Amino acid sequence: MGLLSDPNRRRALISLLTRLNAPICVVCYMAGVVWFMGLAFEPFTLRTYMSENAMGSTMVEERFPSGERALATGREFAAHKKKVGGMPVDWLVKTMQARGLEVFTQTFSRTLPFPDENKERYMVKGTNVYGILRAPRAPRTEALVLSAPCTQGDHNNQAVGLLLGLAQYFRNQIYWAKDIIFLINEHDLIGMQAWLEGYHHTNTTGMDWSPLQGRGGSIQAALSLELSSDVITSMDLVLEGLNGQLPNLDLANLFYAFCQKIGVLCTIQGKLQRNDWDSVSGYSHSVQTMMLMVMKQASGRPWGDHGLFLRYHIEAATIKGINSFRQYKTDTNTIGRLLEGMYRKLNNLLERLHQSYFFYLMPSLSHFVSIGYYMPAFGLLAVILLLRALDLWVQLASPPPGTEDGVVDTEQMWSPDVLSVLTPLVISHLTGVALYYLPIHFQKMALEHFPVSDTEAVVLTAIAVYTAGLALPHNTHRFVSGEGTEHGWRVLKLVAVLYLAVLLGCTALINFSLGFILALTLVPVAAFVTPHVPKVPSAFVLVILSPACTLLFSVFFFQELQEVPISFQDGWVLYLSVISQGILDHSLYGSLVYPLIALLVYPCWLLFWNILFWE
Amino acid sequence: MAAPLTLLLILAVTIRAALYRSSLADLIAERVEVVSPLTAWKRVVEGLALLDLGVSPYAGDVFHETPLIIYLFHFLVDYAEITFMVSAINDVFVVPIQFRKQKYALEAERYPLDCLELIRSPKEMYYIPLKVAMFYLLNPFTILSCVAKSTCGLNNAVIALFILTTIKGNVLLSAIFLSLATYQSIYPLTLCAPALLYLTQRQYIPVNFRRFSFWWFVAQYAFMYLGSLFVMICLSFFLLGSWDYLPSVYGFILSVPDLTPNIGLFWYFFAEMFEHFRLFFLCVFQINIFFYTIPLSIKLKEHPVFLIFMQLAVISIFKSYPTVGDIALYLAFLPVWSHLHRFLRNIFLVSCVLLACSALFPVLWHLWIYAGSANSNFYYAITLLFNVAQILLVSDYFYAFLRREHHLSYGLYLKRKDGSEATLVLK
Repeated sequence: MGLLSDPNRRRALISLLTRLNAPICVVCYMAGVVWFMGLAFEPFTLRTYMSENAMGSTMVEERFPSGERALATGREFAAHKKKVGGMPVDWLVKTMQARGLEVFTQTFSRTLPFPDENKERYMVKGTNVYGILRAPRAPRTEALVLSAPCTQGDHNNQAVGLLLGLAQYFRNQIYWAKDIIFLINEHDLIGMQAWLEGYHHTNTTGMDWSPLQGRGGSIQAALSLELSSDVITSMDLVLEGLNGQLPNLDLANLFYAFCQKIGVLCTIQGKLQRNDWDSVSGYSHSVQTMMLMVMKQASGRPWGDHGLFLRYHIEAATIKGINSFRQYKTDTNTIGRLLEGMYRKLNNLLERLHQSYFFYLMPSLSHFVSIGYYMPAFGLLAVILLLRALDLWVQLASPPPGTEDGVVDTEQMWSPDVLSVLTPLVISHLTGVALYYLPIHFQKMALEHFPVSDTEAVVLTAIAVYTAGLALPHNTHRFVSGEGTEHGWRVLKLVAVLYLAVLLGCTALINFSLGFILALTLVPVAAFVTPHVPKVPSAFVLVILSPACTLLFSVFFFQELQEVPISFQDGWVLYLSVISQGILDHSLYGSLVYPLIALLVYPCWLLFWNILFWE
Repeated sequence: MAAPLTLLLILAVTIRAALYRSSLADLIAERVEVVSPLTAWKRVVEGLALLDLGVSPYAGDVFHETPLIIYLFHFLVDYAEITFMVSAINDVFVVPIQFRKQKYALEAERYPLDCLELIRSPKEMYYIPLKVAMFYLLNPFTILSCVAKSTCGLNNAVIALFILTTIKGNVLLSAIFLSLATYQSIYPLTLCAPALLYLTQRQYIPVNFRRFSFWWFVAQYAFMYLGSLFVMICLSFFLLGSWDYLPSVYGFILSVPDLTPNIGLFWYFFAEMFEHFRLFFLCVFQINIFFYTIPLSIKLKEHPVFLIFMQLAVISIFKSYPTVGDIALYLAFLPVWSHLHRFLRNIFLVSCVLLACSALFPVLWHLWIYAGSANSNFYYAITLLFNVAQILLVSDYFYAFLRREHHLSYGLYLKRKDGSEATLVLK
């Protein structure tokens, strides 16, 4: 407590911090970025290991034999799907019943706020079919889910075939202690959302669905299967769920352990693991893998059908079969054995998966970075904001030279200050509210007046509101409070910097990747903006580092990371569709990224914009 | 003065009315930071339902408010929103008036000349009530607590009335309101000391243990206090026809059986503790609140109003089921001590921590309860930090107050013996 009570030492420390403020900030920023890049370096990461006792030491034997028959069922399914022109509900019900499951269906319908051009849907109607294999060995209080989406076209037929094959095989085993639910969902995430809401008796998004007739116990874990070819070269694991939530690391460990055991090539983010971590290319490979995970997590959308399970505290992942040009192929038998092994281990669970990490990044499937290692990278960036705030506080606290009795002066200056700080705060938040509400509500009007499609109308309205916001705040506050004072902008900046620090801190706790990317771009803005820097170049920098431009760069960067670089033209189209997807994700599944950006981050950025044009 | 106050009132009422009507009200009423098992409106409604059915409201271990509260709401339940709004506004009318006449003239005569800038001018004093009103009415903590219909608002109103009557020098009413506050939540018992000190000071009775007049006054006050407390307890008994409420209200406060997480220090400790240590630590934790009364009264016997502030802060930090409404009450006093701002040392740090913690409470709660990815340690860490920040805030004000007193008697610009500028160090 010496530091808190000894005035001399405090004064020394504070003067040191204010004198060296700029260099310390630069060093912190560099250190934060370097720390983050260092996370992918293998010696700094931890090896994954199985923490859950029930899944670690138990022996299971996999002997799924009927891969060929599963493929035949898949082909039959494909034929029926083609005939019906959608989900062959009757055939599925019959087939599942023939395999000895309790079969139920659920219908749902949903009208999207505006047509989704990526998936070409607007008024969605569909049916989920699920069969429950009741546990013979235990009271039916817990359940596991295996799901496969029924997609249009030729995709995913093998997944449904394998699912039905597994159902038949599991039915004949006696060791199940948990109900196993085999779910075939239509319209991917929308169907999944309907089913999960029905299962848990919640309705968070205002969707219409018929109530479920049959139910298992509380769901412990779920896997979603995507498989579109008869043979595969590798299995890919997808973890990122809604709002950047991740399943317990033990689920990934389980997948990895079985891939090792059975000898299937396994990837994460579509990247194979490499052994040459000490070479430059090896390091850049793991950076690439980790950055892909960061970008996907930051987007806040579910990257597979499993993404919505996580909201209900159910550990879930998507497993994708990938068929590339490699020589070595894996047949359906082996995939079936892989899944059988995983389900038998999950069946052994005594409590929910909770032993291992929930906050992690994976530079490869065998290594992970835990929260204790990656948070300092964010902390170093956040410290800059606190240092700037301290500097401003010291400047505000020391009375300006010339006036002797500081007390009376600050008292008098205080009341207009409150007004001049409050006005930009309120106005920028109102702009944020407009950005949040207008795009969806004004699409009709935009459609009447401009020759654009529905989706374009929404996205372009959003961009228009966003740009209009740039002109609004600094014009209005002059109306209200006259000329801005030197004191005024400092108070405003202090408020804005603290606001940003709290905002980014909370975001990083919920979704580290999003918080870190926002910090990376917004912290420099917050640190350097004053009314006295040259206007035009700083305005340019400010716009470049604004949330919307960050998103634009992220789109290109993501394509670059996936090794499918695109031209600017295509990038722009993709950017527009990403925005519309973000808005759709919010209204369909309750993703929080769009409201966060519109209602909090953008207004906060506007405050800094306001400070730059403080006159 | 009247015009801004009216504007302020209209603004405050509008905010609350808007929030009552919005969908947020239900969400807020569920937050553990805003309502405690003692003050939750949901529980009051449950108690009322039981009462209407002719069952004791304390059956079922849900309701823990006092009988007078339940009979109050028995008549007012349809107007609950209005009641809470009135109680909030009542606080505001009450709290500010008191500080109008601090001893400006008295101080000006006594102290060295260079201290004049330490003493508040009447002009500054003039705006203090408005600032207090603003701090209380527009404090997000008060708004949340009011929108959640936490009965904490009523307790605050009673305490505010007690402070008002004490400062006006009305001995009888002061004793009655103090006993009402004690009846509500035990802890305001410690406010006895400042009330006595203030009233003796006002009636020019020296605080001297060998003087009869002092003891006579203490006896009078104690008689009035205990008498009205007795009346209230008996009234409760006759209303309900049983003593059920004693263990259910006071036993509940003192023995802390409900370990729902809140912003206090109790829940985590007692959830983790072995059962056979429970009683010992319970005593330690509870004595903690009452213990500070003695040293603080000795140190601050000249300044009972500041003592009230300190006591309120100590109560709201260490009580067994604290909510943000309790914090809002003592935060409302801060503008009164605006003359101490130049001596505060950690105010920046403390306000940053308080701000960050308030934002982190719901985030970590979400991660713990809904997402399932964090655990109780995360939430408790923030609770701990929040309380440390509050303690720092209070001790900082205490230090600043003592330092001002020191400067008032020794001059503002202290010199060492060799003529260089000296600094005060707290060790």
